[in-house]
Amino acid sequence: MIRTKVLVVGGGPGGYVAAIRAGQLGLDTVLVEADRLGGTCLIRGCIPSKALIHAAGKFDDMRRAVCDGIMGITLREAPSIDLNRTMLWKEGIVDRLSGGVGVLLRKANVRVLEGWATFSDAKTCTVRTSEGEEMVRAEHVILANGSNPAALPGLEFGGPVISSTEALALDRVPERLLVVGAGYIGLELGTAFRKLGSEVTIIEALERILPNWDEPLTNPVRRWLERAGVTLHLGATVEMVERREGAAEARVRTEDGMTLPVAADQVLVTVGRKPLTQGWGLEAIAVDMAGPFVRIDERCRTSMRDVWAIGDLVGEPMLAHKASAQGEMVAELIGGARRQFDPVAIPAVCFTDPEIVSIGLSPGDAGVRGADLIVSQFPFAANGRALSMEAAEDGGFVRVVARSDDHRVLGVQAVGAHVAELIGEFTLAIEMGALLEDVAGTIHAHPTLTEAFHEATLRSLGRAIHI
Amino acid sequence: MGRFVFNLPDVGEGIAEAEVVSWHVAVGSAVAEDDPLVDVMTDKATVEIPSPRAGRVLAITGGPGDKVRVGAELLVLDVDNDEAALPQDEAASPGAAVAPLAAPTIPAPAASAGPLLTAKKAWRTPQASARVASARPTGAKPLASPAVRRRAHELGIALQFIPGTGPAGRIGHADLDAYIASGGNAAVVASRPAGSARLERIEAIKIIGLRRRIAERMQESKRRIPHYSYVEELDVTTLEELRAHLNARHGADRPRLTLLPFLIRALVCAIPRFPQVNALFDDEAGIVRRHAALHIGIATQTPQGLMVPVVRHAEALDLWEVASEISRLAAAARDGTAARDELSGSTLTITSLGPIGGIVTTPVINHPEVAIIGVNRIVERPVARGGQIVIRKMMNLSSSFDHRVVDGWGAAQFVQELKGLLEQPASLFVE
Repeated sequence: MIRTKVLVVGGGPGGYVAAIRAGQLGLDTVLVEADRLGGTCLIRGCIPSKALIHAAGKFDDMRRAVCDGIMGITLREAPSIDLNRTMLWKEGIVDRLSGGVGVLLRKANVRVLEGWATFSDAKTCTVRTSEGEEMVRAEHVILANGSNPAALPGLEFGGPVISSTEALALDRVPERLLVVGAGYIGLELGTAFRKLGSEVTIIEALERILPNWDEPLTNPVRRWLERAGVTLHLGATVEMVERREGAAEARVRTEDGMTLPVAADQVLVTVGRKPLTQGWGLEAIAVDMAGPFVRIDERCRTSMRDVWAIGDLVGEPMLAHKASAQGEMVAELIGGARRQFDPVAIPAVCFTDPEIVSIGLSPGDAGVRGADLIVSQFPFAANGRALSMEAAEDGGFVRVVARSDDHRVLGVQAVGAHVAELIGEFTLAIEMGALLEDVAGTIHAHPTLTEAFHEATLRSLGRAIHI
Repeated sequence: MGRFVFNLPDVGEGIAEAEVVSWHVAVGSAVAEDDPLVDVMTDKATVEIPSPRAGRVLAITGGPGDKVRVGAELLVLDVDNDEAALPQDEAASPGAAVAPLAAPTIPAPAASAGPLLTAKKAWRTPQASARVASARPTGAKPLASPAVRRRAHELGIALQFIPGTGPAGRIGHADLDAYIASGGNAAVVASRPAGSARLERIEAIKIIGLRRRIAERMQESKRRIPHYSYVEELDVTTLEELRAHLNARHGADRPRLTLLPFLIRALVCAIPRFPQVNALFDDEAGIVRRHAALHIGIATQTPQGLMVPVVRHAEALDLWEVASEISRLAAAARDGTAARDELSGSTLTITSLGPIGGIVTTPVINHPEVAIIGVNRIVERPVARGGQIVIRKMMNLSSSFDHRVVDGWGAAQFVQELKGLLEQPASLFVE
């Protein structure tokens, strides 16, 4: 029986950050993880998908150089890709990061138990490790169990029907890929496989792609998909999938009620993720739930004393950086600090082509009471750096949303190549309570994409220079 | 020449609107800076609003009895100074010479439950309008950077009460410092006539260390345990005679006996029949652990706050051993030398305030224990005995129990047992 002050369940970006911080604070800490350290984000999510997206982008650039010789670069013959080696390269990155997490945990004196934890009461669990069972009893339990890809009824995973996890470990590029669900995960992977040469068909039950983002932001992505020859069926559903050997044939019911057969080597189902609340004894802890999620308060406390929950388990947004921020806070709370989870906003990024980022309020959002909005945007087509890196022609822009009475920046969104790297400045502006004048009064380096943010605020004040 | 729109400033008491009492000026009057313009009444006070500028009155809003919202137009002046003259449409925007919602929102709640204050208070336009804090609409989140938010939270200060002097009312570290330095009352407080000073200072005391621990323990106990208290009256005349006798006899060579060793002796005698009282309830596991050993916690006031040193194995100690252990532990707790294990592990706690013990108390159980015995003051009282009124030494015992595991019936019987033992002290020493 191991007795410890803090038990962290789950080694993802929520759990491992909580454990490292708890260790740094000198708290006796045990982390339990059944898989490798790093969680969905590092092992089968953010990191591997970004590696694949990067490789696909490189391959696509080279392929395009074969025919039209952009920038004077011409390849004499078409490039080829060995997806096995791409995956090995991707695995190398994952290994390095996962190993790094292990080192950091060791440095923080966190004891890592490799195994599956099952709770028998709120403070006690049994961990099935390769060497047998180990009981752990803790004063504080941090639940960071994460989430799993959600399945569609009638379209259960198996055979050619895969989730994002399998899509990130394919050994060859599928000739025909059917993506069910046009959220950010489906579109990121669909885009990557299109660039790698797959025939991609995307089915979405709603009327538009990326339903969580507003239309002006998603239009450039939709235009890219159309130009790249991705078949989009919006307002459509998959009625059934006939599994054949090594392939599948789906019957798709389109918006106008027609039934359409779509043959595919792989059917990638990306209809969201669901919190992992089964199979580890959550019932024995008897915490209150909030829908499918564990209910928490602003300090990530569950209804059970000294049982904390963070990350995907506790609700949207299911994002690694939210989980990490909660994990760090919970460790400090256990260490005796006074903390609460009170970000003004949580940034979100979508690595499609082009990329989309968003923080805070969008113009269409409700909840802006008693204040009219100033909305201003600046196109990358007028930004020198964007032009010089082929990032100007996809219809991208930076958009600023501010209160018209006191000019406080309420939200910033952008769409365009490489805009993911701009989100930090947007987020900082919002957390610091920046006014339009603060951003406008900050010299932005030339030539960079960040100038578009500067110009968007200048434009909102009627002082834009470059438009 | 230009128009200067003067909006009703926040009069500093979290008031949304004010009623016009009387105007000192009329349309066409010339006013100098600081001339009284109007008296307005809030539910707290009548306030005289002086003119922030010199000029000629072009328009006024509202007659006596009309209500004007804070931030709404009060009057329009025709002013000479072109520099500060503002076109009408800009007058209400940020950056105007006087912010539309001047002065902070809510000062720390003022103790003003008294009758309506009718003394006139002069409200002055803050001199540097750049330092004027913006009012926040009710419910709006205060604007502050993550570092400021965190520091305020750690200090237990709600940002809502802090006037922000930054752009758009942003609260900076300096605003937080000013709020703390002012004793939590950075808001503009109108001056009052001398001789009737009202104290507005609020001292913010950080609950840390032992105090915080006590707060958490008490909160935890009251949150988890459904308490009830049972009070019984004891005639301790005989007991007090015995105690006086023993102290007189052994005064030189043994520690002085207080009432507590006798009470503990009574507990030692009673617990075997009432094991449910000397127990720890692990409510998460759903297990009550009844202890044979009697480890008595003695609630002890120390300079840092309440501590509970523990007399271990009271069942194995005689009266004087208990007495000397209590005084040793109390001294150790007070001078901070008590060891950790001397301050934990009790199975039942006694709380006694001695001569200031009052007539009844409702003690808070020392979780996870299930009972606490409170000792009240001994007083001489006339009581009826066999048809006669006699003077007896009387004392109450006020005890609280955890109703989840100790029912009222058992608790009452237990206290009656203690009463019987203490009223007939010889029975304390009879097997």
